[in-house]
Amino acid sequence: MINKLTDSIAQALQGLTDDMTVMVGGFGTAGIPSELLDGMVQVMADQNVSGLTVVNNNAGNGDTGLAALLKTGRVRKIICSFPRQADSHVFDALYRAGQVELELVPQGNLSERIRAAGAGIGAFFTPTGYGTQLAKHADGSAKETREINGRMYVLEYPIHADLALIKAEKGDRWGNLTYRKSARNFGPVMAAAAKRTVASVHEVVALGELDPESVVTPGIYVSHVVQVPRQATQGAGFKKAA
Amino acid sequence: MTYTPRTKDQMAARVAQDMPDGAYVNLGIGMPTLVANHLPQGLEIILHSENGILGMGPAPDKAHEDFDLINAGKQPVTLLPGGAYFHHNDSFAMMRGGHLDICVLGAFQVSERGDLANWHTGEADAIPAVGGAMDLAIGAKQTWVMMDLLTKQGQSKVVRACTYPLTGLACVSRIYTDLATLEVTDQGLKLIDAVVGLSHADLEALIGLAIQA
Repeated sequence: MINKLTDSIAQALQGLTDDMTVMVGGFGTAGIPSELLDGMVQVMADQNVSGLTVVNNNAGNGDTGLAALLKTGRVRKIICSFPRQADSHVFDALYRAGQVELELVPQGNLSERIRAAGAGIGAFFTPTGYGTQLAKHADGSAKETREINGRMYVLEYPIHADLALIKAEKGDRWGNLTYRKSARNFGPVMAAAAKRTVASVHEVVALGELDPESVVTPGIYVSHVVQVPRQATQGAGFKKAA
Repeated sequence: MTYTPRTKDQMAARVAQDMPDGAYVNLGIGMPTLVANHLPQGLEIILHSENGILGMGPAPDKAHEDFDLINAGKQPVTLLPGGAYFHHNDSFAMMRGGHLDICVLGAFQVSERGDLANWHTGEADAIPAVGGAMDLAIGAKQTWVMMDLLTKQGQSKVVRACTYPLTGLACVSRIYTDLATLEVTDQGLKLIDAVVGLSHADLEALIGLAIQA
């Protein structure tokens, strides 16, 4: 019998290791698995795990969730498209102090690199970023490019993860998931790209209760489903470009 | 003769005036967001948001704010009847795959061949952030820029070659500014309109480049 329903977040997060890559769903504050991030802070301290690479669109809001995880000093690197937000002060301070490495990726390339990992693609050519600073490796060398049918493309590689933490709306014991409004964002692609995916849901339903036509993430991509109390997502805006 | 620059709302109305019925449009963060307030009555123009929304509607009143339903600037919005939600990869496939008719973006600089610089000042202490700008700039069928023509110091933001870090190469087709609207053509910049009282010669002097009439 398959039962991915897991009683506690701590149980779902057992077996964390140093230097693992962790994907975290969410865009702004919509779809951020806050309870799972709080759990990470706790479990990483208990197990003394560090050196994490975190993949998220942003780099944390306020002092909770991803920001709290960054604050522990256990994150070595963040891969994201938009670190700067109205309240990204935790990341800003760590970055300026050289205590966290940043790999900045155009948002569509970030999403496609995650998708490629889940879909078994070795690498892909994308037009996004061609001719810009983001078509360079961290050491400043140019990424491989190719002209295809008269257009220029940059070669980008998948981003694989050991663990994905995502927020969904409803789930069942096979791990099938639905989402709520724009909180869906990166959840479905991250679920497929990680060796292990933990999804928080607000509602657990019996097998067959989710309309099969409306399942967004099929259970094959999900390892653990943990129910958390429903709590309205809080706002957090964008800080104007410098 | 003297002239009065267009206000932000007048600029937004000027951009909106060029949008055809049935267009799928993405409005960038900042000034372009204002265009939504000026879309022509009676036309159906469908707004796309990078975080997985088509058919985005106006901001709700305070009592109906739902932070699971936000735009790219993380502000609460609504969904029109007929609207749809989808995940990030679908959203960026819509951009990169050339399915959006128009995107409107703010800019630091645009070159006369349509190169766009709008994501990074390049200053050493600035924390870079790109978001979806590079995907939008090269993905939409038409990329329009909406910005003031001059910096606060009076320098033209329409330039021969961008000095700020690039967002995309030769991707901008129209430039809507507070003083004039320009088209980027293979033969260089072409004037579409200018505010009353601003002569062609004055405009060329402000920009420092030849503009076709």
